[in-house]
Amino acid sequence: MKVRELVEKANLKVFSGEKGLDNEISGGYTCDLLSDVMGHAEAGSIWITLQTHKNVMAIASLKELAAIVLVKGYKPDDDTFLQSNKENIPILGTDAETFEISGIIYHLITR
Amino acid sequence: MYFEYEVVGGDFTNAGSTSSSVKKTLKQLNVDPVIIKRTVVALYEAEVNIVAHAYKGKIYINIEEDSISIRLVDEGPGIPDIDKAMEIGFSTASVSVREMGFGAGMGLPNMKNNSDRLIVTSEVGKGTIIEIYNKLQQ
Repeated sequence: MKVRELVEKANLKVFSGEKGLDNEISGGYTCDLLSDVMGHAEAGSIWITLQTHKNVMAIASLKELAAIVLVKGYKPDDDTFLQSNKENIPILGTDAETFEISGIIYHLITR
Repeated sequence: MYFEYEVVGGDFTNAGSTSSSVKKTLKQLNVDPVIIKRTVVALYEAEVNIVAHAYKGKIYINIEEDSISIRLVDEGPGIPDIDKAMEIGFSTASVSVREMGFGAGMGLPNMKNNSDRLIVTSEVGKGTIIEIYNKLQQ
């Protein structure tokens, strides 16, 4: 599934990185510990987190993740936003809690 | 090929910039993506450790035809007990660093899992040297 399609189906906001909306999603990873994501997330995953600082972009870029979803209405920091546009890795958002959005996205991408 | 980079303690904004630049270089050299990933994970963790724990540091990268050697030398507090630091979950990171999602005690284990050879030497009150060696061909 493309990021664009997930945005529509899961009713996500698109904050930045619009050029990456055609990135293909091959899986998902839910975690707020950056080293865990660094160590274990697979390339092409959509990453669900509450971390909003610029280092999430460093991780997303190094791990070649498809997109990031910020939970509970969190917004990316300004430099995170800019980096997302530079890397073409979208930052998406939802008001839902982590558990809830993880479940929704899990069902959508594994169907 | 030989490169040198400087890292400033506490500068989280630029954490990962060396890893990102090394990744680009290895891609240009057509290194196996699995090996690039391993190298970049190990380097990123080591780079972030300088930012999170040390005052400043230098990263020396030497890329040969069949291997990459990375040496990270920092001026910082040093590690009193390296075996303890290698344990998953052990961390001395500050509260603010932990709030960012770092400091979960996974950095050194990640480095070990993603390098063919990892050498950690440290002197308390002076600094730490991390050496990462990976073969570039399987």
